[in-house]
Amino acid sequence: MRLALLLAAPALAAAADTVIQNARILTVTKGRIDGSILIRGGKIAEVGEKVMVPQGAQIIDAGGQYVLPGIIDCHSHMAAEAINEGSVSVSSMVGIEDVIDPEDVAIYRALAGGVTTANVLHGSANAIGGKCQVLKMRWGKDARGLAFEGAMPGIKFALGENPKRRGHQLSFGATALRYPATRMGVEDVIRQAFMEAKQYQARIGRGERVRRDLKLEPLVEVLEGKRLVHAHCYRSDEILMLLRLADEFGFKIRTLQHVLEGYKVAREIAAHGAGASTFSDWWSYKVEAFEATPYNAAILHRKGVLVSLNSDSDELVRHLNTEAAKTMKYGGLSEDEALAMVTINPARQLKVDSRVGSIEPGKDADLAIWDRHPLSNYARTQKVFIDGQIYFDRDKDISERSARQARRAALEEKQRAERKKSGGSPK
Amino acid sequence: MHTGEGAPLERATVVMRNGLIEAVGPGAAIPAGAWVVEGAGLWVYPGLIDALSTWGIPPEPAPAPGPVPAPAPTPVGQPPVSAPPPAQGPEDRPQTTSWLHAADLVRPSDARIAAARSGGFTTAVVFPTAGIFAGQGAALNMAGERAGEMLVAGRTATYVSLATRGFTSFPGSLMGAIAYVRQVYIDADFYQAEKKAYEANPRGRRRPDYDRALEGVLAAPRVLLPASRKTEIERMIRFAAELKRPAALYGGHEAYGAIEALRAAGLPVLLNLKWPEWNKDADPEVRDSLRTLEFRERAPGSAQALARAGVRFAFYSGGIDKPAEIRKAVKKAIDAGLSTADAIRALTLSAAEIHGFADRAGSIEPGKIANLVAADGDLFQEKTKIRYVFVDGVKYEPLEEASGAKEGQ
Repeated sequence: MRLALLLAAPALAAAADTVIQNARILTVTKGRIDGSILIRGGKIAEVGEKVMVPQGAQIIDAGGQYVLPGIIDCHSHMAAEAINEGSVSVSSMVGIEDVIDPEDVAIYRALAGGVTTANVLHGSANAIGGKCQVLKMRWGKDARGLAFEGAMPGIKFALGENPKRRGHQLSFGATALRYPATRMGVEDVIRQAFMEAKQYQARIGRGERVRRDLKLEPLVEVLEGKRLVHAHCYRSDEILMLLRLADEFGFKIRTLQHVLEGYKVAREIAAHGAGASTFSDWWSYKVEAFEATPYNAAILHRKGVLVSLNSDSDELVRHLNTEAAKTMKYGGLSEDEALAMVTINPARQLKVDSRVGSIEPGKDADLAIWDRHPLSNYARTQKVFIDGQIYFDRDKDISERSARQARRAALEEKQRAERKKSGGSPK
Repeated sequence: MHTGEGAPLERATVVMRNGLIEAVGPGAAIPAGAWVVEGAGLWVYPGLIDALSTWGIPPEPAPAPGPVPAPAPTPVGQPPVSAPPPAQGPEDRPQTTSWLHAADLVRPSDARIAAARSGGFTTAVVFPTAGIFAGQGAALNMAGERAGEMLVAGRTATYVSLATRGFTSFPGSLMGAIAYVRQVYIDADFYQAEKKAYEANPRGRRRPDYDRALEGVLAAPRVLLPASRKTEIERMIRFAAELKRPAALYGGHEAYGAIEALRAAGLPVLLNLKWPEWNKDADPEVRDSLRTLEFRERAPGSAQALARAGVRFAFYSGGIDKPAEIRKAVKKAIDAGLSTADAIRALTLSAAEIHGFADRAGSIEPGKIANLVAADGDLFQEKTKIRYVFVDGVKYEPLEEASGAKEGQ
């Protein structure tokens, strides 16, 4: 055993060390450093104008290009084979972790956009949705390998138009209509669920033999501060309703998602301690999203709310850097404040900021090399690292394309011939 | 003669009596007065087993063609008769008929029984398949006047699918179906413990509610979980470990890509012989992705990959009703590298082992049920004809497929 360790140790050290040199490093929390980053054992070991270069380390010359922490998306629906369990108004028994699809190409595309972490949420079809899963974009790993180990679990809530949609009148005349049909009803559903959860918690506390209830367990975790609530919302009245309801039951709303009217109740949001995860300039796609402004993020930020910009979309996630840039135009935020909206702020909202979100020694080596300043809409990633491993490499991607195309054409030809032989259509 | 395990025997004799195998081997003595079937030139195999089937359970009759008659008007003052209300959660036990047992549903008149037998299948492990907890399987011999004589082994496994029916009734999503199965097994364990405690001392305790869904789930010794793609296989391996119950996976088409996980898990696999095919209705302008093309190309290689990794697996018909087509599908796996011996095992003994009835069927061994198939050549060559099929020691000559001629006995 000892012999094996001795033999393996030097090889491991060499493989684990990487130095990115000659880089303009946007640390987000410590300003810009022109210099190098030493990555050891998947972690950032050193950042500075000069860093130690261990013997045998892999040297990557950034050639004066920019390095940014991996982008974090606080609201995604990628890589999931189901989004909504909309049959019931409280579906906390379901979880995205059960339906992760590690082969969803959206993961790779997000990586190519410099994203390394995403909070994959249940949909907004019902008042209390399902459990969420924070993923790292470790393309090629299985579902478990994608999970952000140690990240706090979350759950989705939703207010407003979606959860009060009552379903469809069935053709045979039966009523499959779901309660609630109003915003008042949404509040009632959440209150009832937490009253039930409190009773369940009390019975367990008294040591009674209780049937494990997968619906109530996550709500007890919310009450005990062990599970983060991410609440889909738009209007200021429903935002206040939810914050007051949470105060009544003694739990916290971790993030308000979308929160387009958040700017109207920014002080109340800050007082509760909720974060806001919003869009840069996307609104009016439904009535409850009319009273919006692109200044929302900047206003909330200046009133002391922790703000992030999210994608909610497999397309938008590929350019969250330019979404961040819009807060400079609308609201005049600084470069670092803008970049924080897609890095350290969402990391704090997800309580993973001790691990990711900025370039600091001791954090996970989740970062991307960009050819231009990432707040430019001409910027493209060159290499993207997670835990110090390269998961996206533009040169490698381009060089492999012809082989993939050839393989695809060969298989198409072969299977077409087989179809012909077995009497199928020649097409 | 392939006995089911080991090298084939040459010039072998098998003695059957009262539906059981009495002796096997090149030197087996022929008892006086026995009815002798000359085997020169014949290749003899154990009777084939379909490891997951619906043969013998006739499908629901299709609605009659033509306009749908208007429903009779509801008499005034009575509520309209309608479909069951949408399920509101796991407590409503949606899509659950776990108490159904295939042995109780079988109809000996199902035409597929004779067709299967003619194709060399003497046994099928038959399941109800509608719903999430569809019911329990039974190993049935593919011959018999009455359902009762067909049963080889009952309650072999619970068939679980992750099917959903629309958005409005729980579960309305894949994650809902998974959560439902998880809750049912939690409930089953709790139910069993509650019942036990009550039976031990009912005084002063509230009696537990009777729950036929949980009774059904508890009645079968193992659970079959659906897993065809790599992601599904990995997901269901984790799920089976979480359920803490003996399990087998069915599907397995992308087993070639999940072989390490399967080996580590030690779960048996029922491999679907309906290999992925080109979709005739696909938009001709849309090219298949490389992933789809690879999947189609490599799926039949899953059998060989499982065999090489030492993962126990058995084949199932997957909705192919013509036995000749089933053998063609097996040939595809052989062309992709599976040895003939492994193919035979996956159609016989392995199926019996996975479903727990290898003590009585699945190979040509003294004392086992006399289920055999004799052909005029290698079973997986296209020109080979099946000459005789023995079920419970009774000799059948195959029907010509499609001709529908009556069999002689």
